[in-house]
Amino acid sequence: MPEVLKAPLVVEFPFTRSLGPVQSAFLTGLRDRVVLGVRTGDDRILVPPVEYDPVTAEELRDLVEVAPTGTVTTWAWNHEPRRGQPLDTPFAWVLVRLDGADTALLHALDAPDPDSVHTGMRVRVRWAEDRVGAITDIACFEPYDGEAARPSGHSGEFEDPVTGIVAAARLDYTYSPGRAQTAYINALADHRAVGERCPSCRKVYVPPRGACPTCGVATSEQVEVGPGGTVTTFCIVNIKAKNLDIEVPYVYAHIALDGADLALHGRIGGIPYDQVRMGLRVEPVWTEGGRYPDHYRPTGEPDADYETFKELL
Amino acid sequence: MSRDIAVIAVAQSDILRSTAEQSEVEMLMPVLHDVLDRTGLKTADIGFTCSGSCDYLAGRAFSFTLALDGVGAWPPISESHVEMDGAWALYEAWTKLLSGDADTALVYAYGKSSPGSVRDVLTRQLDPYYVAPLWPDSVALAALQAQALIDAGDTDEPALAEIAARSRATDNPRAQLRGSVPQGAYAVRPLRTGDCPPIGDGAAAVILAAGERARELCPRPAWIRGIDHRIEAHGLGVRDLTDSPSTRLAAEKAGAFERPVDTAELHAPFTSQEVVLRKALGLDDSVRVNPSGGALAANPMMAAGLIRIGEAASRIHRGESDRALAHATSGPCLQQNLVAVLEGDPR
Ligand SMILES: [Zn+2]
Repeated sequence: MPEVLKAPLVVEFPFTRSLGPVQSAFLTGLRDRVVLGVRTGDDRILVPPVEYDPVTAEELRDLVEVAPTGTVTTWAWNHEPRRGQPLDTPFAWVLVRLDGADTALLHALDAPDPDSVHTGMRVRVRWAEDRVGAITDIACFEPYDGEAARPSGHSGEFEDPVTGIVAAARLDYTYSPGRAQTAYINALADHRAVGERCPSCRKVYVPPRGACPTCGVATSEQVEVGPGGTVTTFCIVNIKAKNLDIEVPYVYAHIALDGADLALHGRIGGIPYDQVRMGLRVEPVWTEGGRYPDHYRPTGEPDADYETFKELL
Repeated sequence: MSRDIAVIAVAQSDILRSTAEQSEVEMLMPVLHDVLDRTGLKTADIGFTCSGSCDYLAGRAFSFTLALDGVGAWPPISESHVEMDGAWALYEAWTKLLSGDADTALVYAYGKSSPGSVRDVLTRQLDPYYVAPLWPDSVALAALQAQALIDAGDTDEPALAEIAARSRATDNPRAQLRGSVPQGAYAVRPLRTGDCPPIGDGAAAVILAAGERARELCPRPAWIRGIDHRIEAHGLGVRDLTDSPSTRLAAEKAGAFERPVDTAELHAPFTSQEVVLRKALGLDDSVRVNPSGGALAANPMMAAGLIRIGEAASRIHRGESDRALAHATSGPCLQQNLVAVLEGDPR
């Protein structure tokens, strides 16, 4: 069996999230170097604050300032920081109960080594230089042995509150399409199309995915199909896709390759868009060095009879 | 309507560090065939199908739809999916059977962690405003919980190492890590690599059947006497990380405390989490905990919880247990927990 194909796959997205009134106040506060909590019905102060009581689900809106100093309630030493984490030198993850709060906030503690960290140790906020209204406005915590800092008496009202955050997310993968699709992609690079026949119902699937969705069994017998095929149905695309160098309108079609029992899809070229029709006979066109067909063009054969492809619609 | 529902067949793949040569459906299909073969049922005989998986592991949207090819989804079948561990898919199937809408159900789950970095992937399930932007990975969060347990006097590093060694001293041929595995260096202190689960790919499937159908298809059905799941606040600093009240409540609602169990399959990916779960469930040394090796021996994401139910049921099928507890977890530091109580017919 030839080696399966692999390729890097990066999934990256800047999630834009709107904030509710409590989250907005908290993150705006961080921008202005003020830490806010929220008071619950039973007079507990939650930091970080939430909009609904985690016990009673009661709506919470009563903002209370707490101190930027606090106590570590648990910790873990991270000797190999990972991408995106608050510090790029070894640090401790900490849950910190700020002075005046009843719950703890997760963040990083900048400390020289694990022996300098313990539960119960006193810490204070180290503010980021550039603050935008995000949890990362707290750069990290740092050890602190002074008095508890006094809150400034902030009301929680801000003139220009932050109303949203952009949370960038990126995950890196190595994608592999598996055995059946690897065989298909490799054959395409050779200007051939191969499907797989179901051992049970004898249908030929193109592209093959290794299984027959009707019978639920593995397919493995390779069958060469095409190169010619028949347009079974199509649509006319009028909207230009970003980064796609194709003039609109163009036709995107389902194409039943000769010998296949499933239509695949592809773009139709070499014919005006308004002359494409069901039954049109087409063949794939590879561009120079292309690993897959760029588009399909008319072969010039007479149209296929509807009866020959109606099962493949 | 009240009906007795049982796990009547169980199958799973070997759990491997990487299955890059197989697509998800290619990995899953032998497991589906295996579980069907054990009952003689065909896919067309199954009343309801439910699966658990997660797109973030593969990095592709709707990845579960491709896996559906493996169950023969044409002509149309009654089907559902949960974007979490298959244990929760089993819960959905159980309610479907309870309602009388179906007499048999196929539940499957799979996860391929090998394409990505699962520690990073799991950060994306955290609170997106206050926590996820800091990228705290799953090992770091478990380590905070472990330190809290050590500070509370509930465990220490040698005790955690014993849990690791006992879990991997399993004869489970499907397990990824077996035998003597070094505790290794700190991953995130106080957790060492030996305290953490292996990262692996794998799939599992079970078949449920109701009432007489279960007796026809299985010599000793594993009757689900109760099943319940509960969740806790997402804010880690709101919770007491040394306890798991959601597990305790789910166990109570599932009837786990009505009579002692002889076996417990706990989904504790980290050694320290077994300490929390034993305490929450009141398990003493009379209970066999994780004879399969548990998640410390094999932790295919999204399938490991379903496998706990499957392992507990298998022991009942084989007559090695009469009353077993199975547990599944999801989220950081045991945030959400499911407990099922399984029993064999009296002998
Ligand atoms: Zn077939």
